[in-house]
Amino acid sequence: MFEPGLSHYLVVAAILFTLGVAGVILNRKNIIVILMSVELILLSVNLNLVAFSTSLNDLTGQVFALFVLTVAAAEAAIGLAILVTFYRNRGTIAVEDINELKG
Amino acid sequence: MAAFFYLFSIVLIASAVGVITVRNPVHAVLLLILAFCNGAGLFLLQGAEFLAMILVVVYVGAVAVLFLFVVMMLDVDFSELKEGFRKHISFAAGVGGAVLIELSFVAWHWTFAATASESAAAPIAPQVTNTVALGEVLYTKYAIFFEAAGLVLLTAMLGAIVLTLRHRPNVKRQSIEAQNARTAKSVVELKKTPFRAGV
Amino acid sequence: MIEAIVFLPLLGFLIAGGFGRWIGPRPSELVTSGPLVACAVMSWLLFFGVGLGDEHAFLRTLGEWFSSDALKVNWSLRVDTLTVVMLVVVTTVSSLVHIYSIGYMSEDPHRPRFFAYLSLFTFAMLMLVTADNLVQLFFGWEGVGLASYLLIGFWYEKPSANAAAIKAFVVNRVGDFGFALGVFLVFKLTNSVTFDEVFAAIPGLEGLKIHIFGFTADALTVAAALLFVGAMGKSAQFFLHTWLPDAMEGPTPVSALIHAATMVTAGVFMVARLSPVFEYAPDARTIVTIIGATTAFFAATVALVQNDIKRVIAYSTCSQLGYMFVAEGVGGYSLGIFHLFTHAFFKALLFLGAGSVIVAMHHEQDMRKMGGLRKNIPFTFWMMTIGTLALTGVGIPHTPFGFAGFFSKDAIIEAAYSAGEHDRSAFYGFVATVVAAGLTSFYSWRLVFMTFFGPRAAVAHAHEDHAHDAHAHAGHGHKDHAHEDHAHGDHGHDHEPRESPVVMLAPLAILALGAIAAGFVFERYFAGEAYGEFWKESLFTGGHNHLLHEMHDIPAWVSYSATIAMVLGFVVSLFVYMLRPGTAHQLARAFPWLYQFLLNKWYFDELYDFLLVRPAFAIGRLFWKGGDGRIIDGLGPDGVAARVVDGAKVAVRLQTGYIYHYAFAMLVGVAAVTSYFIIGGTH
Repeated sequence: MFEPGLSHYLVVAAILFTLGVAGVILNRKNIIVILMSVELILLSVNLNLVAFSTSLNDLTGQVFALFVLTVAAAEAAIGLAILVTFYRNRGTIAVEDINELKG
Repeated sequence: MAAFFYLFSIVLIASAVGVITVRNPVHAVLLLILAFCNGAGLFLLQGAEFLAMILVVVYVGAVAVLFLFVVMMLDVDFSELKEGFRKHISFAAGVGGAVLIELSFVAWHWTFAATASESAAAPIAPQVTNTVALGEVLYTKYAIFFEAAGLVLLTAMLGAIVLTLRHRPNVKRQSIEAQNARTAKSVVELKKTPFRAGV
Repeated sequence: MIEAIVFLPLLGFLIAGGFGRWIGPRPSELVTSGPLVACAVMSWLLFFGVGLGDEHAFLRTLGEWFSSDALKVNWSLRVDTLTVVMLVVVTTVSSLVHIYSIGYMSEDPHRPRFFAYLSLFTFAMLMLVTADNLVQLFFGWEGVGLASYLLIGFWYEKPSANAAAIKAFVVNRVGDFGFALGVFLVFKLTNSVTFDEVFAAIPGLEGLKIHIFGFTADALTVAAALLFVGAMGKSAQFFLHTWLPDAMEGPTPVSALIHAATMVTAGVFMVARLSPVFEYAPDARTIVTIIGATTAFFAATVALVQNDIKRVIAYSTCSQLGYMFVAEGVGGYSLGIFHLFTHAFFKALLFLGAGSVIVAMHHEQDMRKMGGLRKNIPFTFWMMTIGTLALTGVGIPHTPFGFAGFFSKDAIIEAAYSAGEHDRSAFYGFVATVVAAGLTSFYSWRLVFMTFFGPRAAVAHAHEDHAHDAHAHAGHGHKDHAHEDHAHGDHGHDHEPRESPVVMLAPLAILALGAIAAGFVFERYFAGEAYGEFWKESLFTGGHNHLLHEMHDIPAWVSYSATIAMVLGFVVSLFVYMLRPGTAHQLARAFPWLYQFLLNKWYFDELYDFLLVRPAFAIGRLFWKGGDGRIIDGLGPDGVAARVVDGAKVAVRLQTGYIYHYAFAMLVGVAAVTSYFIIGGTH
């Protein structure tokens, strides 16, 4: 049971995923933590893909993980650009001050 | 072998917890870098060395550094976890715990279908390195996706530039099209002056 | 020819009403009045032919209106003696009123509309009198009600005119409701609405009983009584009379045409037309007599103290209509029609004359502000006097010398006495009509004395009312200044009452001719030896009805009673208003409660307001605010909208603006779906 098999990797990925989601929801500090939590989520997904690729002996998983990596990088770049612009206009990136999308 | 797995996993999870809880954002970014490195280690263990190195180069070398630049550029407050947090935590913890338990449950009891191994789309060739194997598949079967990924990156680059570009008001710059569009008629004026009189 | 008579006024209405704005007022007047004069001429021709001559009554069917199972209604024109009498009355008076209105309404900017409405009214009235079935009669009935509403409220910018028009229409509607019920009952009993078929079926229904509201009653009595309720409304009889005095808000020609000669007589006509039904319903006729007699008395008492010249004449009309119903109630249908015939002439004359007086007095209608106008408007004075002589029934009994009203009124009184020998209600009718005759004489001469004789209250008041400070007015030298005043253009009037133009006086003269002559010329046809040849089959009298013979067997004093009452009234009026002026005021002060009672028309308006109007408004308000507002709107649109807003207020709390709340919501959703599938399992 302690020999690392597919399930172990999947459990690790699951924990990482949960931590990432918790980071998005529970964060009250600033927006950068949200972006970092998203990176964690994407990492957990990558871990999942590679684990399956290995156990199914199929390269597709790794190819897809590569694309996820690409997109993650792009998204991080854009997210930070938005953040910078937002900061220029508002002067703050505290999550509690950003609540204009309300009813 | 198993020891490395557990080492990488535990450090990974610990640093992930650290990312979301530490007060200093610079520390958080550094912990994120640590998490990426451990993730790369896990990839190595599974025989995906190209992906592991790419993770380090791209994620750590570019994305995490970008995070660091932004964190240091913005005037970010160190802030405490607010008190109001406490009354919602029970419900949030409950939901989060439920998600985690369910994911793990699925993960632990996963079994493959009997015919799964025959339907591999791109079987891993055993004698070549991971890089060569990926290269053989990427540029042939998945060429279009590759191109599309390039387009995504292009869009991202353009977007980032457009969002953050600021024109400094006092900087002189050239406008090539204006220069080319200039004609003699609009800039040169011939004046007939009388002898010894001046303009 | 009958189609031309009936439909030319409709054509006039359509042209003047539809295109009056483009063709202008003068062409509108001509396009309505001209054809109507032609209609009058044709009606007289028909009268001489079908009525006085030997031509047969005929039926002209124009087409089918609708039919549904047993109910078949056609558009058809029935021409018999009764019809031609009414045709003559309606077209003659209508054409004279049209011509008169050319003068009376000459300064009104809405002349095309006025003449269009007058022609519409005439058309509806003609449809009524030529109807061959109850539904077509009802069509005309409603049409004249509509025209009456439009004409009373002609000056619609005056709120009192609008209120009067609505009052007239609503009170009429009450009568019409009864009338409609009567028509339904007739249809149920006889399975038809066409007159000939109904009349044929009536004798078989004598004594039939029906059950309504838990009571058992004689079917024909109920039907006739319901139809009479319609007549009560239309002819302003006691209980449904309240609209007639208010209807004086309309222009005077309207009062002359509609509320004197034609529309209000529609009820009388209807009872006569349905004489077969009434002959077999003696209890209904009793009701008719009693109501008619009460009306005659009541209206005469109120007219004694009214100060508005038109109101006096309006109550006089109400009273005279009561006379006509008394006549019909005791079985003398032709006598009722005879009085209708003569009354049309002299009442229209009185109204148009009053209009002439009003115009001369610059639209002043209060008689207390008049006086001594005999010298200013002599022609009008003589016309009004002739009308009054006709109305009060001046004549020498047992001779052919008398004005029109003498013959018709005395005939009714004699008939009432004659029937009263074996019927108490008829005797009540006799007493009431004789007393009313005296009262009629009193108030009619009162009107003449107050208006044309006596001191010139006119000048004194008019002098104070108009503040012409820029002009030097020397006392009574107004006659000399009259021309100078005219020269100052902006005052359309000077202080002297002037005679009306010829276009207004000529109709007066023609009507005066009728008021003088209509009685003795036509008496033998309506009430005398030529009854049978004249009426032929158009009026029905039952086997027990020998009224027209019996009325010549009455004691002598009866025939003198009416004349004595008339003379008495004249003498008292002369005393009170001419010989001892001021007596009227002393009497009013001596009996204040009686005076107020009569002046306020026996407080009927106040009574109806309390009993009917206020509760109706209260019910309306209840249904409007409570029912419609709170229940329907509250449960419906407003309620649903409010609940939606409430729901939205709750839901909006979900949108805090914080992204992590939204992410959390997503997580909860994912957890829920996953849990469902893990626990429930896919199928």
